[in-house]
Amino acid sequence: MPRTKKTPAKKTSKTKSRPADKTLDQKLEKLPSGVSRQKYLQKLDSLLPPEDIPDRAYGDLKKKGYVDLYRLLYSIRGTEDRLTRLYRQGKIVGGVYLSKGTEAIAVGSGYALDRSKGDMLFPMHRDLGAHIAFGQTIERIYAQYMGRSGSPTMGRDGNTHFSDIGRGIIGMISHLGSMLPVAVGAAIGLRNQGKKAVTLNFIGDGGASIGDFHEGLNFAAVANAPFVLVIENNQYAYSTPIVAQYGAERIIDRAVGYGIQGEVADGNNIYEVYETVRNAVNRAREGGGPTMIEAVTMRMRGHSEHDDHFYVPKELLEAWAQRDPLFRAQRFLIKKGFLTKAELEVLEKKVDVEIEQAIVNADASPLPDPDTLNNSVFAS
Amino acid sequence: MPIMTYIQAISDGMREEMRNDPKVMVMGEDVGVYGGAFKVTKGFIDEFGPDRVYDTPLSESAIMGTGLGMAITGLRPIVEFQFADFITSGFNQVVNNAGTMFFRTGNNVTAPVTIRCPSGAGVHGGPFHSQNPEAWFVHTPGLKVVAPSTPYDAKGLIISAIRDDNPVLYFEHKFLYRRVKEEVPEGLFTVPIGKAEVKLEGDDISVIAYGASVHLALDAAEKLAEEDGISVEVLDLRSLYPYDKEAIVETVRKTGRVLVAHEAWLTGGVGGEFASFIAEECFEMLDAPVKRLGSRDMPFPFAPQLEDKMVLNGDTVYRALKDLAQY
Repeated sequence: MPRTKKTPAKKTSKTKSRPADKTLDQKLEKLPSGVSRQKYLQKLDSLLPPEDIPDRAYGDLKKKGYVDLYRLLYSIRGTEDRLTRLYRQGKIVGGVYLSKGTEAIAVGSGYALDRSKGDMLFPMHRDLGAHIAFGQTIERIYAQYMGRSGSPTMGRDGNTHFSDIGRGIIGMISHLGSMLPVAVGAAIGLRNQGKKAVTLNFIGDGGASIGDFHEGLNFAAVANAPFVLVIENNQYAYSTPIVAQYGAERIIDRAVGYGIQGEVADGNNIYEVYETVRNAVNRAREGGGPTMIEAVTMRMRGHSEHDDHFYVPKELLEAWAQRDPLFRAQRFLIKKGFLTKAELEVLEKKVDVEIEQAIVNADASPLPDPDTLNNSVFAS
Repeated sequence: MPIMTYIQAISDGMREEMRNDPKVMVMGEDVGVYGGAFKVTKGFIDEFGPDRVYDTPLSESAIMGTGLGMAITGLRPIVEFQFADFITSGFNQVVNNAGTMFFRTGNNVTAPVTIRCPSGAGVHGGPFHSQNPEAWFVHTPGLKVVAPSTPYDAKGLIISAIRDDNPVLYFEHKFLYRRVKEEVPEGLFTVPIGKAEVKLEGDDISVIAYGASVHLALDAAEKLAEEDGISVEVLDLRSLYPYDKEAIVETVRKTGRVLVAHEAWLTGGVGGEFASFIAEECFEMLDAPVKRLGSRDMPFPFAPQLEDKMVLNGDTVYRALKDLAQY
């Protein structure tokens, strides 16, 4: 099917031009019939953000907040980079699902919650950054990935599937979208027990196609639940591009159908993610009801570390690499004078040491005792 | 002691435990103002308010999922599926989410959700209002499954289910709702999960049953005693997971002849589990092969003439017992 010029891609700014890709047309030919190539190209065009994040104030952030968020972003990037290394060394049990290039969404969202008020986090598999921003230790994360007895699941579930109820974190199951109604129920449950707490759940552009997405959001809307859903639109569900995933122009268009607040955030701008989620959390806490937020980004790795994501146009990855959230935040901090280059280096070095120590500690921690499987199924 | 029907006993048990524990709530489609499709929660909303008697959208997966979420925050929800058949629409939430919660969280998060499933045929409900889907859940670790046959057990087991820290599927048989009644104590009492009860003592043959099939067995036993001089023992399992292995061994040891009967489909039904257990553990006590009965392997038909032919009935139980006695 040739590209027609009837509805040309809408260009909102010069920086949003679609990267040229010689192989893209070939790739598009393999989409199921009925899936529109033109729509796909339009979507690619419309989702690319500017190279630098806008120079403005973000919500209630002060200097400490800007720096904290950067530190957390750097921490998760470093934590995951080393996960890849450990995976290749065979120290990781099972698969590794990285958030490289998309971490700003998880970190900014986790940071916008307030554990002291009873808030709860329901992360997905690319949200290690949310765990860290919400108080999880890096050592416990490594212990989890290594299947150690001191991990939050005692070695019973893998990788990012872990709860830590003491920290207000409830882990996912592999069935995407399943935690959405659970998070909504927790929000209602907390409210009905007199708490002014908010729950936050993540979903991806793929998970948004699942039935629980609809049932959960509709339930949340009816109950005016203090609930925030962050949709991480990283443009690929495993190998399926968004054009083969949803028909609407934007996922967020559905918000109006549910009768809830819908917001869009630049997912590679950690400060905008924080600001958007924080506003939604505050509104929910004050009884303003649920919000769904679509944060757009690009998955810069394969679905997991065994996947070389050959199906993603290279030019697209290159364009998004220019908009890497870590480097964008770095440039912003220096430009605003929140940190000098030298201070950045000190901060990063400190984080590197912490991460290395966490690996050493986790690696030295005991493997699970098979006998702990006895009496593990039912609470008594 | 007041006389209660089966459905009144379920209702009474829920009401008493809701009075006893402010964390207990009930949620589902039409449970509030309407009082539930079968009126189990009639009047509850006036006594406990709309947050504890929670009318939900028509969303089985979300009802189960939100119930699980509420449980995580410390509440003890009773989730009502309007018909047991509809649990398939919330299957993943029950099996994968609730069923694994305690295990996968390193035993740190419990899921005290009671899942009420009005089940069973005999009320001309057709293919989607007649099913007995207990086997799917018995097969899933992390879930407890109970299926009372009498008003007393119905009340005692609903209170036990609510108090249990695990997800408990409570299969209440619709045919029994208003057809069985007996004296049931007022106030709070429990029937332990995992304990069977001999509903009728006998010497010649044992019937192992639960739910509505217990009554088929009792009726057949009466007829066999009167007409054939055969003494039948009826063991009501009451709990399907965990199930009472000791009670099974005891009755098999006593009679040496066993019929396992349930209204659920025969193939892959829980009767196969009990028969296998008996074959493994009681082989030398047996004087005859273990016999299983269930409903025919087909969707539940609508017209009464068809339903009567398809669903396990008293005649079939009677004939099977007579055959067993003569083996």
